[in-house]
Amino acid sequence: MARKLLIEHADVQGIASYDVYRKHGGYASVEKALKNMSPDEVVEEVKKSGLRGRGGAGFPTGMKWSFLAKPEGVERHLVCNADESEPGTFKDRYLMEKLPHLLIEGMITSSYALGARRSYIYIRGEFMYVLRILEKAIAEAYANGMLGKNILGSGYDLDLVVTPGGGAYICGEETALLESLEGKRGNPRMKPPFPAVKGLWGNPTVVNNVESIAAVVPIVNEGGEAYAKIGIERSTGTKLISASGNLVRPGVYEIELGLSVEEFIYGDDYCRGIANGKKLKACIPGGSSVPILPHYLVTKTAAGTDRLMTYESLADGGFASGSMLGSGGFIVFDEDQCIVRNTWNFARFYAHESCGQCSPCREGTGWMEKVLYRLEHGHGTLEDISLLEEINKKIEGNTICPLGDAAAWPVAAAIRHFRDEFEWHVKSPQEAQSRNYGLIQAPLEA
Amino acid sequence: MKADHPQAVNEAPIDFSAATMTEMKRVIGLFPEGKQKSAILSVLHLVQDELGWVSVGAMNRVAQILDIEPIEVYEVATFYTMFHLDPVGKNVLEVCRTGPCQLVGSDDLITYIEQKLDIKVGETTKDGMFTLKTVECLGACGYGPMLMCKYHFYERLTKEKVNEMLDAMREASKS
Repeated sequence: MARKLLIEHADVQGIASYDVYRKHGGYASVEKALKNMSPDEVVEEVKKSGLRGRGGAGFPTGMKWSFLAKPEGVERHLVCNADESEPGTFKDRYLMEKLPHLLIEGMITSSYALGARRSYIYIRGEFMYVLRILEKAIAEAYANGMLGKNILGSGYDLDLVVTPGGGAYICGEETALLESLEGKRGNPRMKPPFPAVKGLWGNPTVVNNVESIAAVVPIVNEGGEAYAKIGIERSTGTKLISASGNLVRPGVYEIELGLSVEEFIYGDDYCRGIANGKKLKACIPGGSSVPILPHYLVTKTAAGTDRLMTYESLADGGFASGSMLGSGGFIVFDEDQCIVRNTWNFARFYAHESCGQCSPCREGTGWMEKVLYRLEHGHGTLEDISLLEEINKKIEGNTICPLGDAAAWPVAAAIRHFRDEFEWHVKSPQEAQSRNYGLIQAPLEA
Repeated sequence: MKADHPQAVNEAPIDFSAATMTEMKRVIGLFPEGKQKSAILSVLHLVQDELGWVSVGAMNRVAQILDIEPIEVYEVATFYTMFHLDPVGKNVLEVCRTGPCQLVGSDDLITYIEQKLDIKVGETTKDGMFTLKTVECLGACGYGPMLMCKYHFYERLTKEKVNEMLDAMREASKS
């Protein structure tokens, strides 16, 4: 069984309380960092660990931290992105609900490293019950001298606040999140300036995902080098994977990066295969924004090597035959699922969630949704399929934030790999209403 | 009157309960001096917890409480989808309709609830007991199909579980 660095104690009775968490080694990273390390030394360990942002983009966390501007006399902030809303992703909720003190510990250690004295956890409004759990844990941390003035006699002060969103996928984008945290609509900002220079209220700010901040705890405790030994190449450490769809055992799993996709889907320690004895049809391995893979590209790459749960291996083949690890939202489709229906469903999601600021995204996502709706409902034409490809090209790269790309890529990938199924919906609309297409047999280019 | 009505700013502000006002003060106090606007989403959630929805009169009062212009409240309340801008039933059922839930039967769940309550998505039952809405991904993908009501997640729903849930909600809303 793989090592668990984050959720090993998740099922310990009472672990959400300060005392039990402390008994299981909790807050050791705060003691170590505040008593024995300088802030820069903590940043250095995170750099050495090779930790990459766990929210989806996979940008090296240590590097992001080192970009933080530190002008004299200007306040800095650490903001935790707990707006988990990428379809297929539910790991942060699990972590915060089970181990609220792990996130708080990570926030303290990370805030110390960044010199932030006022830090925020922005959690999606729908997780209000998780917010209550975090509020209670924060109060306990204050009562035990882990937050507030002069933490552990180190002279370091930190205030930590948890605050809710109001239902907007876009607020998972870091600049939209900052707008929202300032009490405004979640319209992403133009970059530059990056949040590291001008973030919350114009102050230098780092925005990190829940899991990234939690990972700082084992990195500081065991050292960045020890962390970097887990995993393969530039995919170091462990990763929480949210497994959903037609699986025997969906749920949240902590894996060592480098595990094979085959083992993750079919292994006894993980998802235990496709539900109801069905066959695998497709998989979206990193949340709804990443390209879908047909069954023959899920466990093997196009070159025939084993596909691994790493940033590199899941992206092997580029967009032609690969995908992305993204947020680790691993969505599995059985043979009875309709790709056209699902693509329409996700297109509807992006059309609903577009903030409306950039025309290509605002108009393009709605347009794609309409075209996919008619394809799914038997009124589409073959031209509609090429129309989708055209709309895609007009959105991609032409928007302030990545939501436009996130809406475009899945549609492009679905058509790339499942064109036969789309065409079947056009040619046999009545049949397409009454039965599913089933498995696609072989690569289209073969 | 809706927030986009030209006369919206003239709608009389309504008052909230003492308990709500106390909690509003607390959440506003979480932010630094002069940054009270950051508490707007917390405040709007509190409004909705008390009234069930967010009326223009309530928004005008929120503007006074946060010392900002009414438009600053309208533009926020209309952007975030959790806020109900029209009156709703006592129990708002928000069913997740996004991909991962669809793979495990959210379409059927929505149809079943529609039939069971004899309403369509977006409507409220005649007795004012239930409003049915669909929402995008609630971050419970491994436990679908699911719905949210009063911040509670009802997961891995079956027809039986829905029946039990509706009965329990009816019972709880009587008192």
